[in-house]
Amino acid sequence: MDRISTPIKRFDFDDKISGQARYCADIILPGMLYARTVRADRPRARIGAIGIPSLPSGYYIIDHRDIPGKNTVPIVYDDQPFFARDTVNYIGEPLLLVVGPDKEVILQIIDSIRIDYLDLDPILSIEAADKRQDDFIFGDQPWFVEYHYSKGDLEQAIQNACHVVEDEYETGYQEQLYLEPQSVLAVFADEQITVYGSIQCPYYVEEALLQALGWPQDRIRVVQLPTGGGFGGKEEFPSILAVHAALASIKTGQPVQLVYDRQEDIICSTKRHPAVIKYKSYLDQEGHILGRRIECKTDAGAYAGLSSVVLQRLILSASGVYNIDNLEVNGRAYATNKMVSGAFRGFGGPQAFFAIEMHMENIARRLNLDPWQFRQKHFLHQDDTSSTGGILKNDIRLDQMAGEIDAMSGYRLKRHNQPQSPDKLFGIGCSFFFHGCGFTGSGERDLIKSRVRLRKYRDNKVQIFVSSTELGQGVLTTLRKIVAESLHIPIDQVVHYYPDTASSPDSGPTVASRTIMIVGRLLQDCCEDMKVRWEEPEFEVFRDYKYPVGLSWDKEKFVGHAYPEYSWGANVVEVEIDPLTCVVDVKGIYAVYDIGTPIDIKIVQGQIEGGLVQGLGYGCIEILNTAGGKVVQNNLTNYIIPTAMDCPPIKCKIIDDNPYPDGPFGARGLGELPVVGVAPALALAVQNAIGKKINKIPLTPEYIMELMHSADDD
Amino acid sequence: MQMTIEFELNGQPQVITTNPLRRLVDVLRDDFQLTGTKEGCGEGECGACGVLLDKQLVNSCLLPVGAIEGKKLITIEGFRNTKRFDIIQQSFAQAGSVQCGFCTPAMIMAAEALLSVNPNPSESDIRAGLSGNLCRCTGYGMIVEAILTASREGEGLW
Repeated sequence: MDRISTPIKRFDFDDKISGQARYCADIILPGMLYARTVRADRPRARIGAIGIPSLPSGYYIIDHRDIPGKNTVPIVYDDQPFFARDTVNYIGEPLLLVVGPDKEVILQIIDSIRIDYLDLDPILSIEAADKRQDDFIFGDQPWFVEYHYSKGDLEQAIQNACHVVEDEYETGYQEQLYLEPQSVLAVFADEQITVYGSIQCPYYVEEALLQALGWPQDRIRVVQLPTGGGFGGKEEFPSILAVHAALASIKTGQPVQLVYDRQEDIICSTKRHPAVIKYKSYLDQEGHILGRRIECKTDAGAYAGLSSVVLQRLILSASGVYNIDNLEVNGRAYATNKMVSGAFRGFGGPQAFFAIEMHMENIARRLNLDPWQFRQKHFLHQDDTSSTGGILKNDIRLDQMAGEIDAMSGYRLKRHNQPQSPDKLFGIGCSFFFHGCGFTGSGERDLIKSRVRLRKYRDNKVQIFVSSTELGQGVLTTLRKIVAESLHIPIDQVVHYYPDTASSPDSGPTVASRTIMIVGRLLQDCCEDMKVRWEEPEFEVFRDYKYPVGLSWDKEKFVGHAYPEYSWGANVVEVEIDPLTCVVDVKGIYAVYDIGTPIDIKIVQGQIEGGLVQGLGYGCIEILNTAGGKVVQNNLTNYIIPTAMDCPPIKCKIIDDNPYPDGPFGARGLGELPVVGVAPALALAVQNAIGKKINKIPLTPEYIMELMHSADDD
Repeated sequence: MQMTIEFELNGQPQVITTNPLRRLVDVLRDDFQLTGTKEGCGEGECGACGVLLDKQLVNSCLLPVGAIEGKKLITIEGFRNTKRFDIIQQSFAQAGSVQCGFCTPAMIMAAEALLSVNPNPSESDIRAGLSGNLCRCTGYGMIVEAILTASREGEGLW
């Protein structure tokens, strides 16, 4: 094991374990007011009159009329307002805030607000959106965005094919369910607004404030507080809370705290996109895949949000870890009158890898091939081209990973020798997957333009200035490790605080498994500059992102290197199913990853185990449906996440001799990878146990029962 | 409606006059500024508001403050000054059991509640003991491991 991988105690440990870490809701400032959001209860309607009762002294209403700048959330498309003005497009869309000193009085005021609506015909599913001829939500089409890319010559491949296998897979919503609900605190003082909060991306929040307020940057400051988990849910969404609270603080002249309760949080915050993914694979006589057509559809909700970029990652992952010469891939993100789908750990990857891994197994089944060998025969190798034709120049260890996971789990042996029992069905499934590290395409160069800064002080302390946030993933520890190890100084000499836009440069959002690989590498490079000048008493160095030599990306045609680099994984899941209740009992998860060099093996283990369990929830027990546009499972009593009792033993191995040359100490990205591959391995285990083809997740007992009582599908 | 309520909080006698129907979590956080007790769901599902009431783990978001009359209440702010806490925190540090930290104080209270009735728990005892406390970051394994270690290292303390 590399020295940097040796675990150390986290720097945020003492505060957190002792209850002394101050999360947003723990802060009470003198004169602080509370805010609560009044939300639409219609999926699609014109807003008529809003009847506000006369307010007691010290209470305020904040709505779109209080926005001095632009009433549009800055993301990708300019379609989402901070506060609805004329129309509402989903249940939970914010209309106004009630602000004041007493939470009970705020609730009483909200109870007596009357809102008249003129209901409009809502679009509530991908299917309904597809059928719609007019009265669209976004422009003159039922989707926000449509992408297409191709590789090779699919028409030729079709002509040469002997077999065609078609499949359609479906995935559901997933809620991030960070334990700390969304929360911000806005303080307006000395003509400056400061927003503190539970946020993943301080500079996204700053951009939202700039746009809503129309103020110069020097009057706006964003500070991250200890954050109780994010998983993507605090990527783009907190911009809305931040602007709401800021407007309230500016209007009242007092600090304003805006903390959602759990139900409100689930109803209105972003979710993982439901998706429908269709495959048509063309094979030759020997069972070699000649080409493949893929069609992906996601349910994006009422506003475009990050759906375009999520869709990009989905379609760029949809052909899996396999080398396919001829491809046609299409994707659309549909507009529906539901809460906005958005960023969630994996960002399109979990949907894509569920679908492709199910499809690969199904092809093998149809053609009577061994699914393990069939996959292996198509594995990507070094110097192959990706689905977008980019040459994969670094070593790919899929064969080694397959060998390792088979040895750990006994997959191949068990697969063909499952015990037979009248009261238990046994199954085992496997998956192979990757996650593209960093922003899609040349986004790191064109959109993010990451900058990091290091400062050396007279006492030889070195301070890290980056905008990367500590979400629990360990950034306050791992980046210190990179700097200490690069400078050969004791780690206690390295200083690193939660980011503050007043002092931290924009090193990009804390997303896309990019923090270690991109920001960490820039810090390592800064250290090289610092070492040369070390004798100077006090100075600063900074570095800007440089696009790696040898990569290229055509963002219109989707040709070239879709990601700067990939991390790789293999999962095996074992299940036992009670044939009467159809409850799935997960008996074990095995995992092998190639993430380059781990920066602190304990932190890596934490990311892996947490991600696996989140992925397990996605595959089976985390059910979130909507009815009439309304979230059915809107609290923790009926939206179920795994507890300590639901988690099977996890065995994990890291490939430790394949460092990534452009990463810090050889590290690749990790954060999202573990959540990506569990659901397909689980679903294939269930499929193996019940002998019926699975087409969707989550795998509810009801769905499994329905399959078990259905006729064979072929 | 106001009521005078006497109870012991982290070893100190307290007398408060308040609406007895107020949630204990609000009294702890708002009146006593004991913010180590977190609110994650407000309906007794996530366990982040867990405190010890006469040594029993309870969800303070479900408990009206009137129900603590005459009882002994321990929050993380009281428990963190004990030897048992030292052992638990050392084992949490070693196992890497803390990520976002929001569930952590109540996880510690759950560990204490378990170890005080079962000083040598099995892995499945621990999983059952933590089953009322949700964690979204760790997948629980590293927390379970820490409590196993604590029960070994703290031999005789519980």
